[in-house]
Amino acid sequence: MGNILLEMKNITKEFPGVKALDNVNLKVEQGEIHALVGENGAGKSTLMNVLSGIYPFGSYTGDIVYNGEVCQFQKIKDSEEKGIVIIHQELALIPYMSIGENMFLGNEQGRKSAIDWDKTYAEADKFLKMVGLTESSRTLIKDIGVGKQQLVEIAKALAKHAKLLILDEPTSSLNETDSKALLDLLLKFKQEGMTSIIISHKLNEVSYVADHITVIRDGSTIETLDKTVDDISEDRIIKGMVGREMTDRFPKRHNVAIGDIAMEVKDWTVYHPQFAERKVVDGVSMNVRKGEVVGIAGLMGAGRTELAMSIFGKAYGTNISGQLILNGEEVKLKNIKDAIKHKIAYVTEDRKGNGLVLTNPIKINTTLANLSEICSKHVIDQDKEYQVAEEYRDKLKTKCPSVEQNVGNLSGGNQQKVLLAKWMFADPDVLILDEPTRGIDVGAKYEIYCIINDLVAAGKSVIMISSELPEVLGMSDRIYVMNEGKMVGEMAGAEASQESIMSCILKS
Amino acid sequence: MVSFNLSEVIKKYTMVIALVIIIGIFYVGTHGTILLPQNINNLLSQNAYVFILATGMLLCILTGGNIDLSVGSVVCFIGGIGAVMMSKGMNVWFTVLVMLLVGVAVGAWQAFWVAYVNVPPFIATLAGMYAFRGLSNVVLNGYAVSITNTTYLNVFGGGADCYIPDFFHGAKLNTTCMLAGIIAVAIYVIVSLRNRIAASRKGYATTSAVGFYLKLVIISAVILFVTYKLAGYKGIPTSLIWIIIVVLAYHYFTTKTTMGRYLYAVGGNEKATQLSGINTKKVYFFAYTNMGFLTALAGILTVARAASAQPTYGMFYEMDAIGACFIGGASAYGGTGSVFGAIIGALLMGVINQGMSIMGVDANYQKVVKGLVLLLAVIFDVVSKREKK
Repeated sequence: MGNILLEMKNITKEFPGVKALDNVNLKVEQGEIHALVGENGAGKSTLMNVLSGIYPFGSYTGDIVYNGEVCQFQKIKDSEEKGIVIIHQELALIPYMSIGENMFLGNEQGRKSAIDWDKTYAEADKFLKMVGLTESSRTLIKDIGVGKQQLVEIAKALAKHAKLLILDEPTSSLNETDSKALLDLLLKFKQEGMTSIIISHKLNEVSYVADHITVIRDGSTIETLDKTVDDISEDRIIKGMVGREMTDRFPKRHNVAIGDIAMEVKDWTVYHPQFAERKVVDGVSMNVRKGEVVGIAGLMGAGRTELAMSIFGKAYGTNISGQLILNGEEVKLKNIKDAIKHKIAYVTEDRKGNGLVLTNPIKINTTLANLSEICSKHVIDQDKEYQVAEEYRDKLKTKCPSVEQNVGNLSGGNQQKVLLAKWMFADPDVLILDEPTRGIDVGAKYEIYCIINDLVAAGKSVIMISSELPEVLGMSDRIYVMNEGKMVGEMAGAEASQESIMSCILKS
Repeated sequence: MVSFNLSEVIKKYTMVIALVIIIGIFYVGTHGTILLPQNINNLLSQNAYVFILATGMLLCILTGGNIDLSVGSVVCFIGGIGAVMMSKGMNVWFTVLVMLLVGVAVGAWQAFWVAYVNVPPFIATLAGMYAFRGLSNVVLNGYAVSITNTTYLNVFGGGADCYIPDFFHGAKLNTTCMLAGIIAVAIYVIVSLRNRIAASRKGYATTSAVGFYLKLVIISAVILFVTYKLAGYKGIPTSLIWIIIVVLAYHYFTTKTTMGRYLYAVGGNEKATQLSGINTKKVYFFAYTNMGFLTALAGILTVARAASAQPTYGMFYEMDAIGACFIGGASAYGGTGSVFGAIIGALLMGVINQGMSIMGVDANYQKVVKGLVLLLAVIFDVVSKREKK
């Protein structure tokens, strides 16, 4: 083994109710490219946030040893001073500023009293050349493509005198050519002595550039593979990523009769609302039957949420084409209200951002999507509202002092139950649940699964979008696999395995 | 549930308590003058426009801290139209109808840009503030136009001297006024008790009995106190009737109806509201159109009180209304606030104004104090929310 540049020892980080990292160890050698792989939510980004000081020293336990000294970073600036620079998945560039302005934002060149713009642009041009960009640093960010923007991010990192470069999913928004160029750039930097950590879902890319691969699963380090001694084929990496034991974390469904097709879409295509030439959902066909749980697996950004929301009364996207068939009849849904009237419900993945009104009490959230049910002539019957809220609180075992409680004060699991209650009260036949158990603890997850079982037992249809493969496998009668806007696989729940789903995605 | 949590009560009724304290300070400072019947009467009728504009402004603020800067100019514009029409001898009811319709049209005009074209409310109504101030001058031709129509003045509290006549001709006290106060208390007590009994019979959680009866007694006492004072002067000012109608109607509207509910939901989380199948554009459109309607009503009362319309009327009315809402606990980010809160806020501003005037505080310093009160109220709102997290 060469010189160890960075060692993270026994890192443990807890969020209220969740242990995100549990005794994680990571060793990175000087001058190597080290890949960090794992499923969504395994803890990769959390680990990097600990390293870069986003989670300050004291909010986690364990040691960070960098360049032979123990570091206690309080903020991002501290880690950057040491040369640890992180490039996040979402590009953090400001579109209406020039490349140069962006590169030196927070690190302005010149004297304290005034920014020296000539120096700024001259420096910026120098670093742009190093990443192989020929654009002038006076060009506005909005005028260059995503691929070049990613390179600007790297140039920005270099301008901070990076010695350890951390890239979180650097190629997730790039096409194949741009991705290849970026990876080659990393290899070139490696020859010049730069150390990099790359987080990626694209295992072919990982195999291509990485010297070591560390696999993280459920907040723990599983193994570190060495390019020179271990097999680092995609199948081998997948095995490490998903090889967890399956226990009965999922309640059994008994004798639920699966009936006729309740909802079907054919050749469904959706374009991005801002970039109208970009296809987000591409010719998707799928269906769900009465009494059936259909899982949709895929990586983040596969287009699953976009598919669901576009079906739900065009809540997302432009230029939507394709057929939507409900109970054998083709329908055209004009808006969300129309979709609710046709008994479709979409339960968002982002319960705080898009699902609940946090400043309002439980009862008001419960009735929001179906207020007319408890109204006569636009006047709300508040007795009835209270009864409805109590009924669903009982049914879903929501833990709260009273239904007058503001939703913002509930735990994640209970918030999720209120969200489900809201949509169950809208009395849909087809429920699209988007990441229904994201960010909630194991016990609450089990209860949500029980609710799903009750729903299908009552003859409803459930489409469950989830990035957690065990959940998709444990709950679904049938599984669709989606990648980059397309349906790339369909399999019976009983026949599917984590390996078969992952290889569907990775080999598509 | 017979718990009585003092700190909760203080938190919930902070502004009411602040109002009581401030009245207390001015009571001492003015040697009791501030609670003389005539001053209570003035407090209510002078600020009639603030109460009504604050109610409308609250609905806009609920949708997400959005304000309407044009209301001062529109008050003037609508008052001008009414004064000119009546000076030409037009029918008074026709005039009032036109004033209200113009108000709704002005509101809809601004609401359209805000709701359907996504012009930021600040800009759309700033434009209105300039434009309608200009149009007021055009309508009035730059002059003051006086209003002489007695029906109009009587109905809308004109000439600073218009009261519900005393049908019983009480010798010292205005009997009608006193009777109205007693009836109001009776209705209030009966409705509250009935709701509470109904709630407990259905097995709903009720608030603590101590708190309930305390509130009942205090509010009844306040109503009787105010009507007693008014009875000792000239009786119920007609403008008070309009305030009560607007406040009760909009309290009901914001707490009991679907559109009222949507106003809160949009301000609390616009995306979630949209995804619940609610047309959020309609909600914005409603809030600003309604503001136009209430602005027209405020315009009607303003020119009635002055018995004339002048091109300078209504200056800074928008600021009084906005200030009242925020002092009354409306969140600058939308989603929380109440009509009664805005009314308390308006009263607080009114008491401070009047108290300082009686004490002879320089008008310029009065503005300084009002500014600081507004700042303090919002700081309190922000800080108390931070503690919760």
